[in-house]
Formats: sequence, structure tokens, C-alpha cells
Amino acid sequence: MMKYPLQGYRITDFGWTAAAPRATCILADMGAEVIKIETRTHFDPIRFGPDNVARDPEKDPLFHSINRNKLGITADLSHPEAIDLIKQLIKVSDVVSENFSPGVMEKYGLGYDKLKKIKPDIVMISFPATGKEGPMSDVVTYGPSLASLSGLDSMVGYFGERVIGMQQAYADINASLHGVFAVLVALRHRKLYGEGQYIELSQMEALISTMAEPILEYTMAGRVLGTIGNRSNIMSIHNVYRCKGDDKWVSIAIRTEEEWRAFCKAIGNPPWTKMEVFADNYRRLEHQEELDRLISQWTADKTHYEVMEMLQKAGVAATPCADTEDRFLDPHFQEREVHIPVEHPATGVDWIPGMVCKLSKTPGGIRKPAPLLGQHNRYVFGKLLGLSEEIIARLEAEKIIY
Amino acid sequence: MSQTLRGLKVVELAQFISGPYCGVLLAALGAEVVKIEKPNVGDQSRQSDPFPNDISHPERSGLFHFLNRNKRGITLNIETATGREILLRLLKRADVFIEDMPVKLARRLKLNYPSLSKINPRLIVVSITPFGQTGRYCNYKGYAINSSAMGGMSLTVGEPGREPLTPPFSLGDYQAGIVAANATMFALLARDMIGEGQHIDVSQVEAWAVFHTGNVVSAYIYRQQKRIRAGHRTPAPYPYTILPCKDGYVFMIALRGAQWKRFLEIVGNGKVPDWYANDERFKDRRRAGLEYADDLDKLLAPWLMSHTKEEIFALCRQRHVPFAPVRNIDEVVNDEHLNQRDYFAEIEFNGSNEKFKCPGSPFRFSQSWWDLTQPAPSLGQHNYQIYCEQLDYSAEQLARLHRMNII
Repeated sequence: MMKYPLQGYRITDFGWTAAAPRATCILADMGAEVIKIETRTHFDPIRFGPDNVARDPEKDPLFHSINRNKLGITADLSHPEAIDLIKQLIKVSDVVSENFSPGVMEKYGLGYDKLKKIKPDIVMISFPATGKEGPMSDVVTYGPSLASLSGLDSMVGYFGERVIGMQQAYADINASLHGVFAVLVALRHRKLYGEGQYIELSQMEALISTMAEPILEYTMAGRVLGTIGNRSNIMSIHNVYRCKGDDKWVSIAIRTEEEWRAFCKAIGNPPWTKMEVFADNYRRLEHQEELDRLISQWTADKTHYEVMEMLQKAGVAATPCADTEDRFLDPHFQEREVHIPVEHPATGVDWIPGMVCKLSKTPGGIRKPAPLLGQHNRYVFGKLLGLSEEIIARLEAEKIIY
Repeated sequence: MSQTLRGLKVVELAQFISGPYCGVLLAALGAEVVKIEKPNVGDQSRQSDPFPNDISHPERSGLFHFLNRNKRGITLNIETATGREILLRLLKRADVFIEDMPVKLARRLKLNYPSLSKINPRLIVVSITPFGQTGRYCNYKGYAINSSAMGGMSLTVGEPGREPLTPPFSLGDYQAGIVAANATMFALLARDMIGEGQHIDVSQVEAWAVFHTGNVVSAYIYRQQKRIRAGHRTPAPYPYTILPCKDGYVFMIALRGAQWKRFLEIVGNGKVPDWYANDERFKDRRRAGLEYADDLDKLLAPWLMSHTKEEIFALCRQRHVPFAPVRNIDEVVNDEHLNQRDYFAEIEFNGSNEKFKCPGSPFRFSQSWWDLTQPAPSLGQHNYQIYCEQLDYSAEQLARLHRMNII
């Protein structure tokens, strides 16, 4: 049985930093041959991420995480000859992916209109921050600031207090996941109708698409939500509670009366659970601060994992706020291979995230580590594009393949 | 433009966000999605805010309507023998089955993959659960707050020492939904090659733990470094922070030194202010970000507090400084850029002409036709159409099934 649903597909990948490379990473996990174009004149910033203490472009663990399974070539796109080579590569590709600022691909002569002439059924996806066009298309953003511009951060903070923000690359990763879907739709479309297409994925728009509740809260009920903390407007117990140890917390959520009764029983039916102010969900919601205080007293002398086990056994949703160590050591995560060790020539063993979902018959998998700079120049320029060794040597000497 | 997924038959037995979000993405591209709901009760999102003018009604939840447009809706109690048999008849002719049953329940009802693949080997079964189909926690419960905690997200949001914060609303449920949609498309491509369907296992915890938080493990193993929350900033070269201004907040981030210098020149009217240039503590941006961020926040406050977030944004754009205003939701809905791009869509209710703006398509295709103009079904709206016209039950049988609380 074949393991890779995208076996036989080739992707020319101009992506850098995070949004586009993570999308092609998932496609590569599922078998696509992804050829990542880089240049030494302008490194992919992810080769120098915060966890790269060696400050060596070959030693960045985040780069390894999101570029595994890819082939790497180097080409300085400021040379017309490099552009010609890339066009030849696109001629034998199925998908082109890029997340440059709007207009950069066009400047290189690699806009969709041009590519369509080279390869009529090519599928091309762009990941602009706010959009290829429109009054804000020129805005420079990073994943974390996009969460502010899109309104998400305005709700992240302790209830009624100042804005703290997600401080995460949520926007990037959300864009990657949506981009994968769009590319797969386009590939299916090509199979059925014989035509390629262009996909524009505005990271800002993809992010807002996952924010239906606050948007509708405003358009239907006229309410602009501010910082909401851990509160839910339907669940009275919906918070994280301090546990034994340094910065250890457990999340607990209770929606139904059945869960509330199971919870009371699991914690030994202390007298306060019988109090009139906690008699039903409405009253509990009205007195949630008092309730949270009492629950915290119960959790304080137990570990976050003990609370999870006690409550889950009773049918109550509770999980530890897992830190990196918890997740790495967790037996459930280990059993499901959430993190996978991969041998990388520059760093030895790196632990990187596994498959984002599990397919029973075509699971995909990690076949090779992230590429070194230009590691696959010989394969791509020589074998795939048929350039002779002399020509490749000349292009290297002239810093076109660089 | 054509409908890429026209003819694809999808049965959705899933509630709230993850499964329905997966279903609506397929429905927008032309798939025929039949949504199964519990008789009398329906999808739990029918009870969820928001409602027009706060008047709650099971047929008027904004969230339910957003997630269930273009679907046909039927009611069915799958825990009865007859209900289960009817479900199997639907699945026999389906391509995709999206379900979020607890693992134990699916096994008990013999609606798990081994049973379903026997009646339809080409069926793609997409199972969405908090912890996945295998592993020691596979029967554990989890709402969005629990998935983001276990997935490692919560501990990285909030102030040090105080309780971790959950990403607002159910972001993680959407992440699991898009992962499920991706897996469905992979399985469709695979089916053309291997000739059969397969089982897809999506975990809401892993939607966070794999890509959002899974790439920091090497730093822990080799340097015992854990990523934890640092309040309104990220420990990094200064600035990487959200600070208050005259009328709200701004996100200040500058990955390149030149960007930061250009911002300081805005503050100092053309030149980097002396209080910055002459202070040894700020020479190294990394050190400044880790050790003197509070001091810098304070020194910048007078300038920030005398400018609105949009004034700061405009000045920064002119000088290519990548700072962004923290926009409130009304500002997002009324944003000129998004509206000029015609981003927002509208939801409407059956038999009503009220329309409410909602998020639009997350992507734009040049050839695949994206359309979500059919309102979400009312509870059991398509019972007759599906049961009588497609499965050949008589109207009398339908009435009996209804009386027996099966439909």
C-alpha cells in the first residue's frame, strides 16, 4: 500500500519565514516533492530564529521543524539567469507557493499570469499578510502583530483588564493550515476540470474567518467584547486553577448538570457544593469568582495530573496546562508520536513535531531532515533540469546558484 | 468557475465548531452535506450566543448559522437500532462521514471505522475528538479550554505568576476543523490511487500541540528552556510588546534594527531621541528587551499616550515600521481595507430578510466556485426530502419514526 497521498506531485516553494513554509511542510509530509528556493544573499530569517543559539544557519530547530522532507536549492533571484532556471523548474512543477510582499513575484517576472504561460495548469498560492490588493496591502506585519490588526488580541487579557495579546504566531499557522486546504482543493479541481488556478490567501482574512463569535456578537447584538480572560458565557466553571508545584495549573470546564454532579462527587461533596448560590448553572455563573476560589482551594494541594485523573475518571473535562516538559514526557503524546526525533547532519538529533493528523492507510511521514543550504542543487539543476556539471560550476562561480 | 466538490456526498454527525467547520468548507465548494442532529435538541451550537438583539432562539444562533450554511439538515436518534440502520443506509452511499462521537460510543454502537468500512469500503471516516482515537487519554473529555491547556497553548498566554489564559472563544476548535478538512482532501486524493477510503484521526489537543507548540521541544531537551508566558510582551530584542496609547493599544514589533531606528526617529522628530541614544543600557536590543523592557516601556509612554493608535499606525506605515494597532471588533468589521476587498459575507435566517455581517471566505480561488448563500437548515428541515425522496420511506413511515422519537 502506498503511504503518501501526494506522491508524484512537485512544489516549487519560494516561501520563507513561517506561513508558506509550514503549509508546504504538511504537503511534503504527505509525499509531495517540495523544492525550497533559498539564497545566501538573503537568508530565510527562520534559519536564525530565537532557539538557534549557535547562530549557524544550519542549526535552527524551528527551521528543521517546518522544512523537513523538503529539498533545498540556492538561487539568487536578482539574476535573470536564475529566474530562467526557476521557470524551467516551474515547468515541471504542479504547485508554486510564495509569501513575499505583494508585487515581488511580479517584479521577478514570476507573477501568476507569466507562470500560466509557462505551465498552463499550474496551481499557485500566495500568502499576503492582508491581501494582494486593497488600501492595506502595503502593510508590513508579522504573525503576532497580525493578531492585533485583526482584532483577536483585543480580547486577550484578564477579564476587564489591559490587553496582553496572544504573543504567538497563531496567524501564520492558521494561514498555513487553510493554505493546505486551498491547494488540495485546487489539485482536485485540476484533476476534474483540467485547469490550474491562482489562490490568494490573505492571512488576515483567514484569521478573521476563525473569529465568527465575536464578529457576530457585534453585528447581531451590537456588543464589542473586550478582554475576556478565561470566562465563557455559558459555562460557570471554565477556568484554570493553581495546583501543587511551580507554575502548575489545571483547566476544568463543566457544561451540564450531570457534569456538575459528577464533579461534586469526585471532590468528595464538600458542604459548599450544596450552597444555594451554586444550585444551578445560572447561579453558579453569577457567583463564579467565589466558585473559582473554592475550586482553587481544592486543587492547590494536588498536582495538575492528579486533578486530571481524578476528574476525568468521573467524566469531567480537566487537563493540565502542559508546559514543554509535560508534553515531551507525557505518555499519551509519546504513544501518538506528537514529537519525533530526526537525525540532522548539522545538529545531530532534533525533536520536531509529528503528523498534524493521522490517516490510517496513507499516513505520510518524515523521510528526511530539513535541507542544508543548497543541498539538492545537483539533483535539481543537474538531474531534473539537465544542466551539465560545467554549467552548474559556472553558475556557482558567478553566484547565480548561490 | 466550477464547483470543485460537486457530487461529493458528505454525512456530518458533529456538533459545535470542529466538525461543522470542516463540513461547511466542503459545502462551500459544492459538496452535498447532510447534517444529522439529535431529535428535539439539535446541535449544541443552536444554544450558543450570539443571537439577534440577544433574544435567544434555537433557530437563530449566529454561530450555528455561520457554520451550517449550504447543508441539508435531518434529525435522527442514532442510539436506537432503527436510527442506526438508517444512518448506515446513508453512509452506504456517502463519500465522507464527519463524526465527533466519543471513541467508546462509536465502538458500542458499532459505528467505528472497522464496522463502517465493511458496509462501504470507499467511505472516508473523519473522526474528531479531544485526544484522538488511540492513546491512554482517548476516552477523556475536553472542551476548547481543555484542549488549549493540554496542547501547550495556555501556559504561554498571560502574565507570569497569574493564571494562564485560553485563546479566546474556540480558536482551537477551528484549528481542528481545518485540519480535518485537509485530511479529508488528502484521503480523497488517496482514494483515487488506492481505490478505498480510510480512517482519519483528528485530535483537538494535537491541533495545538503539533504545529502551534510542537517546535520548541528541542530547546527544552538541549537547554532545558521552556516557553512560558511573559505578559504583554515576548522575551526578545526590544520591542516585541503591546503598549497602551491615547485611545487603546499598539503592537510594537521590529525584527530588524533599522525598523526600530526608524520608529525612534518618528518619536524624536527626525532623529533618535537623546534619552535613548545616550543610554548605555539600550545599546544592545536583545539585552534591552530582556532586562530593561519595563524602563523602555515607561520612557516611550509619554509619546505613545499623546497619539492615537491609528495615528501611530499611519506614521509607522509611512516609514515602513511594522507596528500595528490593536483593533477592536467593531473597527475590524468596519475596516476600509476588508470592506473594499468585499471580504465579509452575510448570514440570513430561513424565512426572514434580516442579514448579519459575518466572516467571509478564508481564501480566494480563481477557478473553484465558493458559495455559501443557502441558509443553515432549521431542525429537521430536510427530513422529508432525505428520508422519503432519497431513502424511499413513505410519509406514513416518516410520521411513525417521528412519533417514536427516532427522527
